[in-house]
Amino acid sequence: MDQTRRGFLKAAGCAAIGAGLALPIGRAVAGAVVADPLPGGLTAKRWAMALNVRKCLQRDGCRACIDACHVEHNVPSIADVKREIKWVWKEPFKDTFQTEVHQHMDSALSEKNVLVLCNHCDNPPCVRVCPTKATWKRPDGIVMMDEHRCIGCRYCIVACPYGSRSFNWQDPRPFITTGIRVEYPTRTKGVVEKCTFCTERLAKGLLPACVEVCNKVAGRGTMIFGDAGEVNSEIVRALRAGFSLRRKPALGTEPQVYYIV
Amino acid sequence: MLEKALHGSSRYWTLIIALSILALVGVAVYLKQLTTGLVITGLSRDVPWGFYIAQLTFLVGVAASAVMVVLPYYLHDFKAFGRLTILGEFLAISAVTMCLLFVVVDIGQPYRMLNLFLHPSPSSLLFWDAMVLQGYLFLNIIIAYVTFTSEKKGVHPPSWIKPFIILSIPWAISIHTVTAFLYSGLGARPFWLTAILAPRFLASAFASGPSLLIILCLILRKFTKFDAGDEAIKKLSQIVTYAMAANIFFVLVELFTALYSDIPEHKHHFEYLFFGLHGHNALVPYMWTSQILAVTALVLLLFPKIRTNFTYLPVICAGIITAIWIEKGLGMVVTGFIPSPLNKVNEYAPTLPEGLITIGIYAGGFLILSVLYKIAVAVREELEA
Repeated sequence: MDQTRRGFLKAAGCAAIGAGLALPIGRAVAGAVVADPLPGGLTAKRWAMALNVRKCLQRDGCRACIDACHVEHNVPSIADVKREIKWVWKEPFKDTFQTEVHQHMDSALSEKNVLVLCNHCDNPPCVRVCPTKATWKRPDGIVMMDEHRCIGCRYCIVACPYGSRSFNWQDPRPFITTGIRVEYPTRTKGVVEKCTFCTERLAKGLLPACVEVCNKVAGRGTMIFGDAGEVNSEIVRALRAGFSLRRKPALGTEPQVYYIV
Repeated sequence: MLEKALHGSSRYWTLIIALSILALVGVAVYLKQLTTGLVITGLSRDVPWGFYIAQLTFLVGVAASAVMVVLPYYLHDFKAFGRLTILGEFLAISAVTMCLLFVVVDIGQPYRMLNLFLHPSPSSLLFWDAMVLQGYLFLNIIIAYVTFTSEKKGVHPPSWIKPFIILSIPWAISIHTVTAFLYSGLGARPFWLTAILAPRFLASAFASGPSLLIILCLILRKFTKFDAGDEAIKKLSQIVTYAMAANIFFVLVELFTALYSDIPEHKHHFEYLFFGLHGHNALVPYMWTSQILAVTALVLLLFPKIRTNFTYLPVICAGIITAIWIEKGLGMVVTGFIPSPLNKVNEYAPTLPEGLITIGIYAGGFLILSVLYKIAVAVREELEA
């Protein structure tokens, strides 16, 4: 065999492997860049949400927040439950709080549906497992998602104890039945998406779409969105005044969506 | 050396062509998956990992099991494994290649795969899995290449290769440990949240990998002049026996903890796996098949007369491979998702395209293996002529 050709192939192979190993190390050493908030945007030390379950249940069957969110963010309506994309939706209380229900519980609560969404955990397992930093926690606590970096490995879906993440099993655009909103990007097939607490609206000084519509439809205080890092904020006062639950607190994820019951 | 793979009998070429066709079918179906998305698989919101990741898990075990021939030969100077070692290393190369391909076909955006290296995330076990698998592939390629060329020239391998060989031993353990940690570190999935998972993976790997190696040795002995030797094959069957006993013990330990503690979120998964949950029982017949095969194989292996009978042995080995392929493949992966975190039971079954892609990757892996074994056999025949 041609010795020089073999020598070249060996050298090229070693170089490729060397680059593959050296690049990650170089990248790991380089730091992250944090952008400054825009003027006029809403800011917080720690964004959080409190849902007043009894108030919400007075309008049993209401979908205002779900529809507002899904239209706002071009979330497709896929009929096949196995391939659904959902940012916020309803689940039976007894499945959402499996360890809290018992047979004598008020069925007006245990048999009803509650709103579920990404909990924007303080200690998010999805962020820990992501192999490309396509999902991360912002300094204000919001767990963000970069659908352009996501490789679609679905490890975050596997690691999320709440089932809050959706994968695009196919191109979602044909399923956006309400017409594509050009102000918000659509997604491609093969990436994960989820609720972002409407970071794009907060940056413009607006409340999340679900909260805004709920305030109009159900009245203030049904969905409370605010700064859990501020001692006298509306959300902290509401949580102090009543009894609230969080989903699967024993896992140590520190979810930041509270259910006032 | 590769030119040795270009001259072969018609039987060899039939094998090569058959494997190539299956691999090409896999490529064609994969192109379909690439254009339409993973919707062509049976995967879903509730069961986001399935057949592909199951094969990855099983094959990492096969790759790691090369250590079962490397360790006795290089650390204990067990001479009988002299001829076998190269077969084990080549099997590892082929298995790791298949593992990496299964990762590629499982991800939704393979074009962005380099993001794994552009945005390295040491907190992610998937990042580490990709790193250790590549490292293991690299180690096995160098070791096999250097030791094999030395053997061909009739000289001792250079001494600088020894540290690489020693490193490959803990590295083999590491690839399967990291694969187990992919699963066992997740609070969201109580079924996998067990410290026994990594030891169990290793035990089942050391049973299934050497079983495959025994079958391959017996095939080579039958169709070529390459003979790994009776002593080597018998020793492998002993290794399989011990590993299988350990594996069954670990499974029972796990069952005890989950069932006796009676904690619903742990128990429900095992109920689904062995008896079905709320009338859903897709995995039940497979799991019982697996367990019956495993116990029967172990009982048979315990008798030295059966274990050393080269007519029965490959059949028992095939039983072990099947049992473990089911148990740590779909049984282990899919059950972790059922019931879901929101208490739903959405079952999973692979689709035809998913099956064809999987067969395509196996065909590709065995194509690599056939070429490598062909070279090994040709060189051996030359040396002995």
